[in-house]
Amino acid sequence: MSKTTCVAMILAGGQGSRLGALTKKIAKPAVPFGGKYRIIDFPLSNCANSGIDKVGVLTQYRPLELHNYLGTGDAWDLDKSDGGVFILPPYARDKGADWYKGTADAIYQNLNFIDMVDPEYVLVLSGDHIYTMDYAKMLAAHRANKADATIGVFEVPWDEAPRFGIMNTDEKDGRIVEFEEKPAKPKSNLASMGIYIFNRDFLDKYLKEDATDDNSSHDFGKNIIPTMLKDKARMYSYAFEGYWKDVGTIESLWQANMDLLQDEPPFSFTSAWKIYSNNPSLPPHYLGRDAKVTCSMLNEGSMIMGEVDHSVLFSGVKIGKGAKVTNSVIMPFTVVEENAVIDHAIVAQNCVISAGAHVAGSEGAIAVVPEGETVAAEQASVGQQVS
Amino acid sequence: MGNVMGIIRLDGANSMLKELCEHRPVAALPIAGRYRILDFAVSSLVNSGIGHVGVLVSKKARPVFDHLRSGKDWDLARHRDGLAYLPNDGENGNTSALAGLYQNIDFVMRSSAEYVFLVQADTVYNIDFRHVLLFHQNTGADITMVYCKAREDLPGEAASMQVAENGKVTDIAKRMTSTKGSNDFMGIFLMRKDTLVKLVTSTFERGGNSMLVDGIIRHMDEFSIYGYEHKGFSTRINSTMAYFNANKSILNPDIWNELFMSEHPIHTKTKDAAPVQYKNTAKVTNSLIGNGCEIYGEVEDSILFRGVRVAEGVKIKDCIIMEQCQIEQYAMLRDVICDKNVVVSEDQWLKGAENYPLIIAKSTVI
Repeated sequence: MSKTTCVAMILAGGQGSRLGALTKKIAKPAVPFGGKYRIIDFPLSNCANSGIDKVGVLTQYRPLELHNYLGTGDAWDLDKSDGGVFILPPYARDKGADWYKGTADAIYQNLNFIDMVDPEYVLVLSGDHIYTMDYAKMLAAHRANKADATIGVFEVPWDEAPRFGIMNTDEKDGRIVEFEEKPAKPKSNLASMGIYIFNRDFLDKYLKEDATDDNSSHDFGKNIIPTMLKDKARMYSYAFEGYWKDVGTIESLWQANMDLLQDEPPFSFTSAWKIYSNNPSLPPHYLGRDAKVTCSMLNEGSMIMGEVDHSVLFSGVKIGKGAKVTNSVIMPFTVVEENAVIDHAIVAQNCVISAGAHVAGSEGAIAVVPEGETVAAEQASVGQQVS
Repeated sequence: MGNVMGIIRLDGANSMLKELCEHRPVAALPIAGRYRILDFAVSSLVNSGIGHVGVLVSKKARPVFDHLRSGKDWDLARHRDGLAYLPNDGENGNTSALAGLYQNIDFVMRSSAEYVFLVQADTVYNIDFRHVLLFHQNTGADITMVYCKAREDLPGEAASMQVAENGKVTDIAKRMTSTKGSNDFMGIFLMRKDTLVKLVTSTFERGGNSMLVDGIIRHMDEFSIYGYEHKGFSTRINSTMAYFNANKSILNPDIWNELFMSEHPIHTKTKDAAPVQYKNTAKVTNSLIGNGCEIYGEVEDSILFRGVRVAEGVKIKDCIIMEQCQIEQYAMLRDVICDKNVVVSEDQWLKGAENYPLIIAKSTVI
């Protein structure tokens, strides 16, 4: 392999249990988002657009669909002869096999991959955030600061700060002086985005030490970062300005989809910073004579005969005559039959909402129809999970 | 079908397509909101299990190379067989498909294929070529020609065939118009490789220019020729009206389903455009909308390709608007075909006629 500056490691093994029914069959990074994407398209496209062409994807929970989706990495131009996407699931060794016990352990177990790529820097990313970011700029800041580690931070509203890992920094140069996990009385509103750049040798040393500590939960936020800070390492924050959303819950996933429908969407889909994804071979969608579509995003292969407002529809969705879909997310190949009504809901892939059926949630209680379900007319449901 | 190869011809009725084919062969003409016409031929070959496809290229080939590239989007970027470009140097000014075939005849001879589909990529269809091969083998024909019943009376070059009840072709005539219900040749030949080689060399070496006229029509008695009727949707793009009507027929949900939603999808070059954004003032009915569009205005009975922006107050009816066009505020368009990258400025009114669409050339600013 040619000399590598920076390798990216995307943590994509999480179950995303707070997404409940949506992650029963697929890992969280494979959850559909924004009409045509999957969550993992965002970090992968960011890597491709930032010029990082060696990307390890660490998978564990329900990896089949995710592995299948990643394929050779060609969708993100990451099918290179000298790099590209490397799928890294846990594996057995001569002394037995271990699951990834935490975010840090997942990277630790793949130090041999990092040795193979032999980079100067390691960029650690999560597979469950929606944002567009130029990692090359963050790396430039890391080098300019001569930092050991740089952590991406994001300004959150003060009242929400107690829900995040908060970085207290030196206002002059952004050097991190303290890290507090979910502080009751936050001293700063700079939340960690779960994006880290480490000098490779520096990371290597801390991961190896942490691996021998039986009391550690082998987690970057809980263990590695605090230990590094305690050792007075040169750790800097890198402030990200722009849209960033953790889509770890049903509500936040719904909200992030709705954010795309604003008059000024949080990021431009038409800019040069493309979000790449696997494109199925489907025709442009068709809107029938009685269709009425407003404030919505629609993808290829859909056929709309009814009304759609404030909603995000994925590919191959059918909306029958007289059906009404509002404030909802409808995932690929779901059929909404005639006169069915859907409001404040996330309907997963390959569902059938029978003629005349009602699926209604409300803000704060989004209704969820899990993958492959059929909702009968008499099964009309209000709020929460339908199954 | 490991023993079958496909050869794609890009020639067609360019002159009848006016400005639309000034910079591109018919085969590369954008259609149905995201495709180019040759996608139907190439996808049908690939979906029928044919993994060895040669493309005869001659003039104005850039859009074809740009579209097909390595053939990856059709699964044709392969170590074994896959996609091959067959250039015609146009020696002595002869750029006919027959001359191209003659020049590349060694490519055909070298192939391990037993049968060859020779396909003119100017027709819209989704066809399973395996059925055609089976028909060919059952009839024991030397040459099988695929035809369909013409859907309407339209001017435009057509070869109509007389087909006996047993499928035998008894007569073929080339006309400058097509009549509803006639058996129009779809530009698809199937024959054994050695038959093709013989046909091409003997026709070209005797001064022939057209495979159909000089090779077949003039030698009808030398071959056993059978006609295979394709009963699904098919329409040949041989005039601007044929192009206009073909796009509009795809607004019929049954045809949309037949062409695109079967287990045999039509593949095309992927472009990673975002989903379509419909704004609060959008009003869109009976239309096909390609990804990457942003719509504030009204669209009816129309086809919008990828990345078109329709501003507030705009009214578009019975139009075909190609990639990356911008229709600015309060513009009104009816019976118009906008080629790629056209800008229609504020308050402009453009109108063609139902039987004579107004064509706006590529990259025009109005």
